[in-house]
Amino acid sequence: MANTMAEIKNKMRVEGLDLYYGKFHALTSVSMPVQENKITALIGPSGCGKSTLLRCLNRMNDLIPGTKVTGQVMLDDQDIYGQAMEVTDLRKRVGMVFQRPNPFPLSIYENVVYGLKVAGFRNRKMMDEVAERSLKGAWMWDYVKDKLDQSALELPLDQQQRLCIARLLAIEPEVILMDEPCSALDPIATMKVEELMLELAKNYTIVIVTHNMQQASRVSDYTGYMLLGKMIEFNDTRVIFTKPKEKLTEEYISGKYG
Amino acid sequence: MRINPRHTQKGAVIILGGATILVLLILAFIIIFILEKGLPVVNLQFLSSKPRDLGRAGGIFPTIIGTIILPVVALLIATPLGVFTSVYLSEYTKETTLTKVIRFGTDCLAGIPSIIFGLFGYIFFVITLQMGWSILAGSLTLAVMVLPTIIRTSEEAIRAVPKVYREVSFSLGASGWQTVKKVILPNALPGIVTGVMLSIGRSIGETAAVIFTAGSSLRIPTTAFDSVRTMAVHFYILAREGISQENAYGTAATLIIAVLIINLTAYWLMNRFIARRG
Ligand SMILES: Nc1ncnc2c1ncn2[C@@H]1O[C@H](COP(=O)(O)OP(=O)(O)O)[C@@H](O)[C@H]1O
Ligand SMILES: [Mg+2]
Repeated sequence: MANTMAEIKNKMRVEGLDLYYGKFHALTSVSMPVQENKITALIGPSGCGKSTLLRCLNRMNDLIPGTKVTGQVMLDDQDIYGQAMEVTDLRKRVGMVFQRPNPFPLSIYENVVYGLKVAGFRNRKMMDEVAERSLKGAWMWDYVKDKLDQSALELPLDQQQRLCIARLLAIEPEVILMDEPCSALDPIATMKVEELMLELAKNYTIVIVTHNMQQASRVSDYTGYMLLGKMIEFNDTRVIFTKPKEKLTEEYISGKYG
Repeated sequence: MRINPRHTQKGAVIILGGATILVLLILAFIIIFILEKGLPVVNLQFLSSKPRDLGRAGGIFPTIIGTIILPVVALLIATPLGVFTSVYLSEYTKETTLTKVIRFGTDCLAGIPSIIFGLFGYIFFVITLQMGWSILAGSLTLAVMVLPTIIRTSEEAIRAVPKVYREVSFSLGASGWQTVKKVILPNALPGIVTGVMLSIGRSIGETAAVIFTAGSSLRIPTTAFDSVRTMAVHFYILAREGISQENAYGTAATLIIAVLIINLTAYWLMNRFIARRG
């Protein structure tokens, strides 16, 4: 594995990361690479710290009072917790899709261009183009092109989740973080989103949290197995699911856990 | 001894329903009583002419001006102040003893009788700051009086905005202030407007806080330093001094209709706003 991973560029790299929510030690010395244009999956039982780790990658944990982080998270060659990193810039480069579809109570169009507007863009023609490109990128353009002024909340759930992806594509992030993006969707919609993820991985680096092991094995290139705030094993997805090195990993993927 | 739940259920329905009907009847009675006594004198002439002989004859035009201008200026001052304060309290500070003290303080202020604000306004704005009995002093006093209401209702409305909207906005690269401006305030707007409407209602009907600070001049004001009389104060003076019962009820009827129109407009605006946002 060391050989194959050395050839591909590390887009992000987590190094000895510790996180405390107040006194609660939620992540213990976690390290992991995030390969460029690949899908990295984080699996593990509920409460093991997957979301917490994911949210460290774009510093969303900063919003939770009493959170303390030590260690390094590198984006390209810059420490995102370093002085030089502007957190709003970081979040434009490392964007996030949340567990539940959460469009703003605005029109579909206003949702898509939200990130552009807060970045200061005003040119209507350019925003129209970006909106179209992003909605196409999220495979929903044909579905919504005639109702861009409709409220986003009137869309069915799976379209709402795709709108959230489109809203993110509009700001052209480099890395996309997804926290159980399919947990609110039915199996068919889930399959569609998985296909979309594979397509997006051609141009974006993706990190996905999932409690669904089949999903991880279907879509991801690399998988990290977490337990109680520790990264138990990180490896090629195929390796993790066929011949894991750690006994704990094997117990989990074979369903013996708990 | 245990009473059969079916009977208690029946009893509850009767008591609750009865209370509601009683309240509605009382309200209807008050409104009808005043309109019946007041409406006969209300006509275009009454609304558009100056009072003569201390209000014994003539109309109430200057008091309409006073009733409009005092709350409007007061709300123009209090709304931004109150909304910004509530944004600061709910978005920019952590929950500490200090914020709890501030919140407790605003709650206490909201419960203080308006005559206290009137006396404060008289001593501070009218005398100390030498504003005299004036629109300015009256509006500032009303602003201070409604500020706690605006702060608390706005804060509740802001807190009710789902947390996830904040997270999403930040995750798309928005700053704190952009998030407030584009997500939090628009979503809290119905609640904020409710607070403002309540405050307008209170200001329009206010006498104690106004009579000491804006005075009771019957002239049409030309500057912010002129004294004015509101309809509520006019009604109070006409009734209290026994100047003219008919004109007092006429003024009250006009006031009630004005408040009704304002509330209906506000409802209509709010529904349109909510419908548009979906
Ligand atoms: N804001 C928070 N404050 C305190 N503890 C938290 C907070 N968020 C998560 N935790 C705790 O941290 C642990 C990891 O949570 P999380 O990262 O959400 O797990 P996962 O996504 O793997 O289910 C859990 O024990 C959870 O209770
Ligand atoms: Mg989670």
